[in-house]
Amino acid sequence: MASKKVDLRRFPGFLPLTYLCLFLLYAPLVIVMIYSFNDSASITRWDSLSLRWYHDVFFGVEAPKFRAATINSITIALMAATSATIVAIMAATAMLRSGRFRGKSASFALINLPLMVPEIVTAVATLIFFSAIGFTAGYLTIVLAHIVFCIPFAYLPIAARMQGIEDVYEQAAQDLYATRFQAFRLVLLPLMTPGILSGFLLAFIISLDDFIITNFVKGAGIETLPTAIYGAVRQGIKPNIMAISTLLLVVSVVFVALSYFVGRMGEKNNDETSTKGDLI
Amino acid sequence: MADQNNIAVDIRNVTKMYGAFSALEKVNLDIRDNEFFTLLGPSGCGKTTLLRTIAGFEDITQGEIVLYGQNIANLLPNERPVNTVFQQYALFPHMNVTQNVMFGLLRLGQDKTSAKFRVAEVLELVQLTKFADRMPNQLSGGQQQRVALARALAPSPKVLLLDEPLSALDLKLRQAVRLELQQIQHQTGITFVFVTHDQEEALTMSDRIAVIKGGQVQQVGSAQEVYEAPKNKFVADFIGETNLLDVRVTDLHDGKGSCILPGGVQITCPAADGAHPGPGHLSVRPERIAITSPNEGLVQGKVKRHIYLGTDMHVEVTLMDSETVTVRMQNSSQIQIPEAGQTIGLEFEADAARLLVD
Ligand SMILES: Nc1ncnc2c1ncn2[C@@H]1O[C@H](COP(=O)(O)OP(=O)(O)OP(=O)(O)O)[C@@H](O)[C@H]1O
Ligand SMILES: [Mg+2]
Repeated sequence: MASKKVDLRRFPGFLPLTYLCLFLLYAPLVIVMIYSFNDSASITRWDSLSLRWYHDVFFGVEAPKFRAATINSITIALMAATSATIVAIMAATAMLRSGRFRGKSASFALINLPLMVPEIVTAVATLIFFSAIGFTAGYLTIVLAHIVFCIPFAYLPIAARMQGIEDVYEQAAQDLYATRFQAFRLVLLPLMTPGILSGFLLAFIISLDDFIITNFVKGAGIETLPTAIYGAVRQGIKPNIMAISTLLLVVSVVFVALSYFVGRMGEKNNDETSTKGDLI
Repeated sequence: MADQNNIAVDIRNVTKMYGAFSALEKVNLDIRDNEFFTLLGPSGCGKTTLLRTIAGFEDITQGEIVLYGQNIANLLPNERPVNTVFQQYALFPHMNVTQNVMFGLLRLGQDKTSAKFRVAEVLELVQLTKFADRMPNQLSGGQQQRVALARALAPSPKVLLLDEPLSALDLKLRQAVRLELQQIQHQTGITFVFVTHDQEEALTMSDRIAVIKGGQVQQVGSAQEVYEAPKNKFVADFIGETNLLDVRVTDLHDGKGSCILPGGVQITCPAADGAHPGPGHLSVRPERIAITSPNEGLVQGKVKRHIYLGTDMHVEVTLMDSETVTVRMQNSSQIQIPEAGQTIGLEFEADAARLLVD
């Protein structure tokens, strides 16, 4: 509070640099989006506006391949996000609602460490693990791997939410003859819903977008959308890739935004009740 | 002592340690059936801790808590037939008023129809019938407080625990709710254990008060007893205002003590248990002292200043031995307020004073 805010605009060169970064980040995405509406087989020469490549994605020669990959991606993401969310809820409850126990801070670090481990390392390690225990690469290995790396992403919003809920509500429930489990189910869980939804959506999109780990642990015959796109690109970039990438981008943005707003929305409601109690 | 059947909560030798720090030290209390019992003490003295040990949120290190003859010290909070009104109310934010009040009834296995009937009854009692469908964040602080009360009363607990439930309300509302709480206690016949650090609240509402300091019970008694016959210096000072004069105790017998006041006058007045000859403290309430002409009265002093308090006037008087004594006079056009610097005498009835132990 005491320190005066630094006004970045007074540093010469910062503003252009910011614009440059934003440009480098978003220009490729914008170009891909624009050219996905290009009525031309070339990926660089603009012809005219059309939905030709979107039509091609859904009904063209490669459509069955992409459709199968999309179905795989979505079912895997659903299973991974659901399982990861359940594990994350249990982990958060254990971490934040069971008093002190030995190795608490170590567990906290362990849950979140995967966020910092280079993904390629996780990918290699997972592959080695599966072959060591004799799992054949395939649909199941992808699901298992996704569940695992989605856990920290589901955990973060859920734990943040749970931290914001005072114990006193559960104590009130127990005081009113609820068992600990009833207090959890009837009071804590409903209050955590925004966090849980937010965690689920985040886990879902992380799973949907994943390429590196999936590429390592998937079997030969099975593709998810990102690996299918990668496979197609290796045979030359066609504009239908731009269309499908744009679709994936839109889905991702929608989910991330949803996750953010759902998490925020609940917080606001909670703030209102708690501050009101304090003020009056 | 009340007979055994009459006791709602019997706290026997309860000690609560947080590490090496004892928040409660060998606390013994008999809380009687159908009584408005108040735990009073300064911040951090262990009031909340004591309440939470009764509710079951804190394990006790030692001792027994007996509720109507049953030792409940090892029961879970949901197994104890007591309910709590939390200081922050802790209304479930995702449930409306009815659902909040119904929560305990449903957990006890009541069917929805009879639970609804009971909810209506309790909401009527706290005058919230109109608000049955509101969410907690659509209520004012006073209304939230009453929902919390209704929620805790609905399951008809044997004992109701209230942790400073009025502290978040403004003065006017607080005074109104005090009366209401007392009325509800009479109507329901439930034993209330009420926590406050506000001595006025304690004096006006309680059947009996336990004064607590540093995790130890200092005195238990009716409002009149703790106010007029405080056991020690702390109680006298904490409950109401008092003047503590340094005196020399010469003789003690039959609950009375003789002492020499500053200035040399000797009086005989009531003495607390444990008072002993030698240097001691004499407590005299400001409203029991009268101002007289110089060289009359029991002690002599000089007026230091006046403090205007609306209905009252405080006159601070410096005694010869440089102690300060406060005299409270009721404001009226008749009385003569002595000027600052004037020499005066102070008088009080010996029975209005009391010799105290430290
Ligand atoms: N979990 C805890 N760990 C350690 N010390 C604690 C804990 N809870 C309470 N205490 C200590 O126990 C003492 C009594 O606390 P308690 O909350 O009962 O005070 P209180 O009388 O209710 O005060 P207030 O009027 O401020 O609410 C305090 O000194 C407090 O610091
Ligand atoms: Mg307290």
